[in-house]
Amino acid sequence: MGMRKVAVVGAGMTKFVRRAQETGKELSYEAAKMALDSCELTLEDVDGVALGTAPDAFDGVHMKGEYLSDGAGAWRKPFMRSYVGGGTGVFAPIQGWYHVASGLFDVCLVVCEEKMSSCQPHPQGAFLTIFDHTTERPLGPNLLWIFALEMNRYMQTHGLQKKDIALVSVKNKRNAADHPCALLPEPNITVEDVLNSEVLAWPVQRLDVSPVTDGAVALVLASENVAKRITDKPVWIKGVGWSLDSAHWTNRDLYYPKYVEYAARMAYEMAGIREPRKEIHIVEPYDPFDYKELHHLEGLLLADKGDAPRLTAEGVTARTGNMPVCPSGGLLGVGNPIAAAGLMKVAELFWQLRGEAGKRQVPGKPITGLAQAWGDLMQVGTVIILGIGG
Amino acid sequence: MSLLERAERNIDAVAWQGEIPIQNRYTVGLAGERFLRELKESGRLLGSRCPECDYVYVPPTLYCERCFEKLDDWIEVGPEGTVVSFTIVTQALDGTPLADPDILALIRLDWADSLLVHRLGKVSLDELEIGLWVKPVLKPKNRREGSILDIQYFAPAYHEE
Amino acid sequence: MSSKIKEYPGVALHESDFAEKKVLYTTWEPNARYAWDTGVAIGRYLAELKRGHIVGTTCHACRRIVVPPRVFCEWCFRPMDEWVYLQDQGVVNTFSLCHVRWDMERVKEPLIPAVIEIAGASKGMGILHLLGEVDPTEVHIGLQVQAVWKPARQRTGAITDIRYFKPSN
Repeated sequence: MGMRKVAVVGAGMTKFVRRAQETGKELSYEAAKMALDSCELTLEDVDGVALGTAPDAFDGVHMKGEYLSDGAGAWRKPFMRSYVGGGTGVFAPIQGWYHVASGLFDVCLVVCEEKMSSCQPHPQGAFLTIFDHTTERPLGPNLLWIFALEMNRYMQTHGLQKKDIALVSVKNKRNAADHPCALLPEPNITVEDVLNSEVLAWPVQRLDVSPVTDGAVALVLASENVAKRITDKPVWIKGVGWSLDSAHWTNRDLYYPKYVEYAARMAYEMAGIREPRKEIHIVEPYDPFDYKELHHLEGLLLADKGDAPRLTAEGVTARTGNMPVCPSGGLLGVGNPIAAAGLMKVAELFWQLRGEAGKRQVPGKPITGLAQAWGDLMQVGTVIILGIGG
Repeated sequence: MSLLERAERNIDAVAWQGEIPIQNRYTVGLAGERFLRELKESGRLLGSRCPECDYVYVPPTLYCERCFEKLDDWIEVGPEGTVVSFTIVTQALDGTPLADPDILALIRLDWADSLLVHRLGKVSLDELEIGLWVKPVLKPKNRREGSILDIQYFAPAYHEE
Repeated sequence: MSSKIKEYPGVALHESDFAEKKVLYTTWEPNARYAWDTGVAIGRYLAELKRGHIVGTTCHACRRIVVPPRVFCEWCFRPMDEWVYLQDQGVVNTFSLCHVRWDMERVKEPLIPAVIEIAGASKGMGILHLLGEVDPTEVHIGLQVQAVWKPARQRTGAITDIRYFKPSN
């Protein structure tokens, strides 16, 4: 297709915390600076910046992209902000990718930031507007409804029990115990803890859900010539894909995320992957709720429909399993600062594929990994595939 | 006749009314905390200076947006400064006339490079001009709370107290 | 590089740091009030609700009858062809028992939100609404339900002109 190869060459992140003292700009700066320092580049080397962040209401700053831009390293540079719901964290590096792949930039900084603690009394006040203002909001919804309705449909279709799904929360929160930035590491959590936690919107219980979080993550993307000059361990972006379904969410069967499948097929084709279950060695699917990890593994064609819970129960998706899933600890364990959460997954692949993930390192020298995010009214799928070698 | 012509206010058309029920709580951040604490405690104004390019930020920032260096060189600036631009606001946000016009100004404090936006006070329209030399008038210490409003306003610097 | 960095940036605050003024902050209430035009399709949907009817639209190209109605078919990207009156009953596609309000305060009696596939529309065409007059433990996917309307003079042209759906007899 005449596109240039693009590598991830640096990454940085802040701790994920419930309430950060830093302003959004300061969080962005810390992550962006760490990412540049990690590959020994400076602001002068950056040709453009791709920023991902949720709607302005969360941070409470109108024109949040412009507000954050200087902290994201975009002073007097080409700067773009994108938003596709929770899918943003994986879309932002896709946006960075096409700026480099096209030949427009040699180095693109990708920054995702969220400061949800600014939103009082609860960020749900802003999430409410996801529902149609005329035909749905008068019914008094809250964000949990769409997840509860989707989860129930998924469970019913495949005859699943809550305990089948709680295993995901247990795995991810335990994995997060090894992540230095994690908000909710729970090294000793059990399935019973999840099943006994407060029922919020059945079938959703407290420990099925990721927490409201502040934080920022940044990546440095570079063209092949730059990447080979500055590192002997470039991690290549092998494929990208994204797809949006309609906002008429009550007209779709929520048991299966078809749009995630479309996004995955696009990415697999670009990466030349024909047998994803053999060729993807490490997966970071979007897990704001425990069932979502399962739902997404199926949409990504990495599990048969309804079979992801079995893979989890059999340990296939454990960090030491055949297909490690969310070795980072995911959103359930590390935290969920909307856009930054998705980019954290891509950063995790970068560190894992370079063998730099410390205590989280998956065994077996993985060479290909996939990160995926999801968002809005059960409608956004964003997928990126990273790999070393080739 | 278009809908817009018929509906002078948009609630005259068939519309559904609602709100986004949020309030915001902003931390002042790491740099802001140091700046405002100093203002509250000592009444001094601090800027942060970039060791690479010498630019002095007021209000101070944690980092230099130009060089991307982390800043920890804090220097005292002002307290006097120069009006770089101003505007006279005669209406409140809801459009009602203000009894006393609000004068807002961009001020470059002595030793600073960036500009501070604040209010002018005790200044007559006759003497108001770009280039006016001003100084901050602080609240008494026991009423200061670590807010930019601990500076009540900037007044001409050559006025007698 | 994850394993090489000893201390990550980010200062975590506790709610008490705000209450005890250990940290400086400012607050703001945006006056975020809106009047959203209902538009053509939803405008008629609401007007029909006021008259006690659920109305959808149909596309002759894909032959779908959809609800809530819209003026264009998002599959075929062409104008919808006709308005279609649907039945005020349907089947539960999925549901939840919700114990919290949007600000996460707990409520005494759970709300039962559901996606209800409306009879007369194409298969799978649902709307979001609430269930009532039902024991929460009896609710299941596939339950047949019917609309419980407000009295005609209390209706305002709103989705809440249907108070809720209850199990059909």
